[in-house]
Amino acid sequence: MTLDSTVIGTELPATEMTIDAGRLRFFAKAIGETNPVFTDAVAAQAAGHQTLPVPPTFLFAIELESPDPFAWVADLGVDMRRILHGEQQFTYHSVAHAGDVVIAKPRITDVYSKKGGALQFIVKDTAVTRADGSAVADLKTVIVVQNPNVKAEDAK
Amino acid sequence: MTATIDALEVGAELPPVAIASISRTALALFAGASGDHNPMHIDIDVAKSAGLDDVFAHGMLSMAYLGRIITNWVAPEDIRTYAVRFGAITPVHAEPTARGRIAAIDEVDGERRATLELVVALADGTVTLTGTAVVAV
Repeated sequence: MTLDSTVIGTELPATEMTIDAGRLRFFAKAIGETNPVFTDAVAAQAAGHQTLPVPPTFLFAIELESPDPFAWVADLGVDMRRILHGEQQFTYHSVAHAGDVVIAKPRITDVYSKKGGALQFIVKDTAVTRADGSAVADLKTVIVVQNPNVKAEDAK
Repeated sequence: MTATIDALEVGAELPPVAIASISRTALALFAGASGDHNPMHIDIDVAKSAGLDDVFAHGMLSMAYLGRIITNWVAPEDIRTYAVRFGAITPVHAEPTARGRIAAIDEVDGERRATLELVVALADGTVTLTGTAVVAV
C-alpha cells in the first residue's frame, strides 16, 4: 500500500460541534485536569470567562464527532491498526467556550514516505472556527502509517 | 492558577505532573471524552489481531497530561501554540511524568512570550513525547 500524492489537497468533510459544559467536565476528568476554571462555572467567571473555557487539546475532539471519523483513513486504503499519531500542533487564535458552535474543516496537506516505504506519513491541517467565522485555532496532525510488508532494517 | 515557578527566567522549571499507573478505565474514559474510539486503545482483541500484546494509550491523552503543566501555570487565553512529537507508545500501566522548562523569553507582537520545552517520560526513562509551547507571560 503506497499513498498517492494526488490525495494532497483533499478536503475532508467538515464537522460541527456545539461545545457542551458536561462534555468539558468529562474531558477534564479523563485527563485529570484539576484546575477549577475548566470545570466550575463560578471559577471560570471569576477568571473572566462567561462559560467554561476548553482545555488546549480538547479541540482535537471536534472532527471526531462525525459518525465515522476514521472513514477517510480507510478510504486511503490504510489499515487503522497500522497507524500511529506522529505529531500534533495547535496554533490558538481565541479560546472556545461551552455553548460555542465550532466547525472543524480538515484538509490533507501532504503525504510522504521514509525508510523505503516502511513508514508513510499523512499530514492533515484543520481550521477550527465558530459559526460566525471567527478563528479559534489551526491544528496540524501527522499520522504515521506502518507498512508491515517493508522492513525498515532492510530499506535503510 | 495553581502552580508557581521560582522566577520567570530562562531555565526555570515548571512543576511536573506525574500520572499514576494508566489504567484501562483511564483509556476507556479518554476514548469517550475525546471521541477517539480507535479500538487499538480500548479493545485488546483488536490490538492482538494487529500483532501487539495489549492496547496502548492514546497519544492525545499524554498530550493532555502534558498540557496540564501549561494550564497549571497560565490562563488558556495566554497559550499561543502547543505542539508535540510522539516518540514512543505508552503502554497500559505506564507511569508518565510530564515536565517543562522555560527555554526562551521574547518580545513578540508587543507581548512578552515564553517558549516552553516540554517532555513526557515513563518510569523506565522512555521518552514518549517531546514538545514546545509558546505562552504570553
